[in-house]
Amino acid sequence: MDILFDNLPGLLIAIPLLGAFLTPLLSRAGDSIRNAWVLIVTGLSSVCGLLVASQVLETGTIVYTFGVNTVSNIIPPDSGGIPIRIIFTIDPMNAFMLIIAAIVGFCITLFSVSSMERLSGKDGFFTLVLLLIAGVYGMIATGDLFNFFVFLEISSLAGAALVAYRIDKGVAAEAGLKYAALSTIGGMLFLVGVGLLFAQYNSLNMAVIADRMQLTGLDIIAFVLFFTALAMKCGAVPMHFWTPDSYAMAPSAITAFLVVSSQASLYALFRVCFTLYGGQINPLTVGWVIIILGILSMFIGVTMAIPQKDVKRLMAYHAVSQTGYMLLGVGVGLAALSSTCLSQSIGVMALKGGLFHIMNHAIYKGLLFLTAGVIMYRCGTRNLNQLGGLGHNMKWTMVFFMIGALAIAGIPPFNGFASKLMIYESTFLFNPLLAVIAMVVSILTLASFVKVFHSMFMGPKLPEYENVKEAPTPMLIAMGILAILVVLFGIFPQQVVDALVAPAASALIDYQGYISAVLGGA
Amino acid sequence: MIDNLPFLVVAITILLGLYTILFRKDLIKMIMGISLLESGVNLFLIALGYRWDSIAPIFTGAPSLAMVMPTVQALTLTSIVIGVATLALLLSMVMVIYRYYRTTDVREVTKLQG
Repeated sequence: MDILFDNLPGLLIAIPLLGAFLTPLLSRAGDSIRNAWVLIVTGLSSVCGLLVASQVLETGTIVYTFGVNTVSNIIPPDSGGIPIRIIFTIDPMNAFMLIIAAIVGFCITLFSVSSMERLSGKDGFFTLVLLLIAGVYGMIATGDLFNFFVFLEISSLAGAALVAYRIDKGVAAEAGLKYAALSTIGGMLFLVGVGLLFAQYNSLNMAVIADRMQLTGLDIIAFVLFFTALAMKCGAVPMHFWTPDSYAMAPSAITAFLVVSSQASLYALFRVCFTLYGGQINPLTVGWVIIILGILSMFIGVTMAIPQKDVKRLMAYHAVSQTGYMLLGVGVGLAALSSTCLSQSIGVMALKGGLFHIMNHAIYKGLLFLTAGVIMYRCGTRNLNQLGGLGHNMKWTMVFFMIGALAIAGIPPFNGFASKLMIYESTFLFNPLLAVIAMVVSILTLASFVKVFHSMFMGPKLPEYENVKEAPTPMLIAMGILAILVVLFGIFPQQVVDALVAPAASALIDYQGYISAVLGGA
Repeated sequence: MIDNLPFLVVAITILLGLYTILFRKDLIKMIMGISLLESGVNLFLIALGYRWDSIAPIFTGAPSLAMVMPTVQALTLTSIVIGVATLALLLSMVMVIYRYYRTTDVREVTKLQG
């Protein structure tokens, strides 16, 4: 057992990768065996993720080096101080992201086992789902820039293939092509940045580069390349054009996980700003760039969402808008932490708010996309003008949708309120105008979801949906897990912030700690 | 000057790739641009790893010269493999699009808007 526990970070990647490539083989044995296999694999990898996270939160940063038998051998003595192996560095920030991926990853697999029941091509679908999950875990856990690029490409290729999986008269292929082309261009920009850093510092390890960072002209170019590539991948305005297309055309469960994969890119963006260039870049400038991106995303996202008729496209624009809140919170955190006239606590509070919103967003947005998936599954359309009166037959789905909608609009006592309140409070002290914009966007979000709720669930029964049934049990369980978390996090936000978010925020600020965890107090 | 020649070629390849992606109206040509971009990046990595008067790190019967650390070559191999997978995926999506739309012109492949 000990050897398993020592190698948990490795298993985190190994289980879904191995599971992915065995899936087509096991499909030969029948549908139920394949479904059980997929559920076991994702369940195990989620358990792995949660175990690693709890270990990190208890004992501090885990540095896991592939291919060594003793933990002390991170940097081989004859390598001249360069860690030459692949190293996973999991500090509380990574642990925080791992928890998100573990929860949502399990729920979407449970959901898609049921929603894919009547469709063909399940072997490839589940293989790609497991690859996507492996890619996202890798992006979160790795401490090596090139390794990050590889996992970024794995998750984008699997994601693009899944977006295009239901060809849907070519429309889904169009969305998938957009996503794949954009991810490739983003990945290439990232790789040029990695090359620029490697040329100067002879290493690919984030901690080593952060330790040696000089901020030369080339480093600034590399920073801009990283920033552009990752902002593209997390869907911030003005690089958001792929989000509505691919989120709307992907199967709903996949969309819920694509949100997590965008957030893994968002995490990497913060990691680059806070750790890789920690203390070197001008925090005020970069902070304001992030704030402006955030404000633009928030506002443009929500205004584009209001006129949409396709429920998933509408939710996708809201995802862009909510990404803006995270950027705003973290940007204010970055700018306020460096400021001399504001107290540190404002910056920390904004940072915590932004990070907490990442977790809340992944959960309630996942819930909303899953309810949209149920509607698609039972009614076969996403068009709001054709739907109506579903509340009579689909009571649980309606309740779950309501919970998600109120959470995204920031209504107490749901989790969206808890994190938005932290962002409002700290942003108001930093710059009142930003807080006002954030609140206006929140109200517009509420307006838009009231419309969706009304046109989908309210009103008399429509004749074509007279006998529409409630969602199957596995789908209800998947949505139920997320809904319970939405409510729990909303009622006990302080406990969640203290246990998960505060360690993540302080790990992000403390880049020296990250460096010394890898280099051994150098 | 001669040392920097590879980087000049890299810059030209990457810029040509970006130009093709941004200004060509045909999906296949845009994918060619992406491929050019990838080749440029791969060339960049390889050019970074080149050292004058050094040898490859193969120890059997090696002359006593400085050896090059083969990290970038390994990176480039990985990146080429990823590039092949990406290109195959992109081209197969264009095939599907062509089957349904009967065109690969980006101005007509616009069912997703708004």
